[in-house]
Amino acid sequence: MWKWLHPYAQPERTYQLATKLLPWFAVSSFITLVIGFVWGLAFAPVDYQQGQSYRIIFIHVPTASLSMTIYMAMATASLIGMVWQLKLSDAAAAAMAPIGAVITVIALFTGSFWGKPMWGTWWIWDARLTSELILLFLYLGVIALHSSFEDKVLAGRAAGILTLVGVINIPIIKYSVEWWNTLHQGATISKLEKPSMDTEMLIPLLINILGFALLIAALTIVRFRNEVIARNTMRPWVKELVAKEAQ
Amino acid sequence: MHFDTLSDFFAMGGYAFYVWFSYGLAFSLIVILTVVSVRDRRNLFNQIRSKQVRDQKLKEYRKGNQSNEPKA
Repeated sequence: MWKWLHPYAQPERTYQLATKLLPWFAVSSFITLVIGFVWGLAFAPVDYQQGQSYRIIFIHVPTASLSMTIYMAMATASLIGMVWQLKLSDAAAAAMAPIGAVITVIALFTGSFWGKPMWGTWWIWDARLTSELILLFLYLGVIALHSSFEDKVLAGRAAGILTLVGVINIPIIKYSVEWWNTLHQGATISKLEKPSMDTEMLIPLLINILGFALLIAALTIVRFRNEVIARNTMRPWVKELVAKEAQ
Repeated sequence: MHFDTLSDFFAMGGYAFYVWFSYGLAFSLIVILTVVSVRDRRNLFNQIRSKQVRDQKLKEYRKGNQSNEPKA
């Protein structure tokens, strides 16, 4: 049943698949984000409490939410890499770490620029903000470990261990607003309850979450291809690829 | 359209600095990440290519030494 998956353990096949998928993700993310941003910035109604400043939500919520999703994806890849010794899985984890770091930085800064006019402070050491900052440090640690070893297998294992230990931080970020008294507000969108925001605001927000997810997928593919090539420089198919690109 | 005029849109109800800085920062960081990621690939290919050239030269040099001919 799962046999169709087996050829993709070969770096060459997976590289070709990634190359085929890249334009679809790139184009669809661009279109989705343009629609989401135009809708969110120019057409969505104003918030009755926060005025126009709330429009930061269309970046802040997608990036903050996806910063955790990327981490879980990276942890899954690391786990598979460690259990089944799949080198491609380590390559995927290495590809995702810098993207996660950038997305987390965007979430932190947009949060800060939203907090200043609404809360009156750029930063506060409350549970949500602090745990998100720790997420950034985890990403930076994983990036540092990936680049500290000449041997990519060893690097993948070291970074994988840190990644898996760091998973404990994810539920802490997610439930921090429920477990502790935070200045940060609770969840606006949840699976079970009706979202506590107007549909005209919710739709562009959901479009942007999808758009950012597609963008992250596209960037992951770009970086994943680099990681695969860096791990297979001596293979004939990479040599062919390099020769082809030189023409 | 929610805003009446273009200047209303840019003013963001007095929150222009916070809103536009957030959007500008997010946009810039994503562009930088994309450019760096794409450039990494080119650098990687150049590295592989120059290693191939180096290996080729080394091979020729060794061959030349074995045949004991004076080098030009």
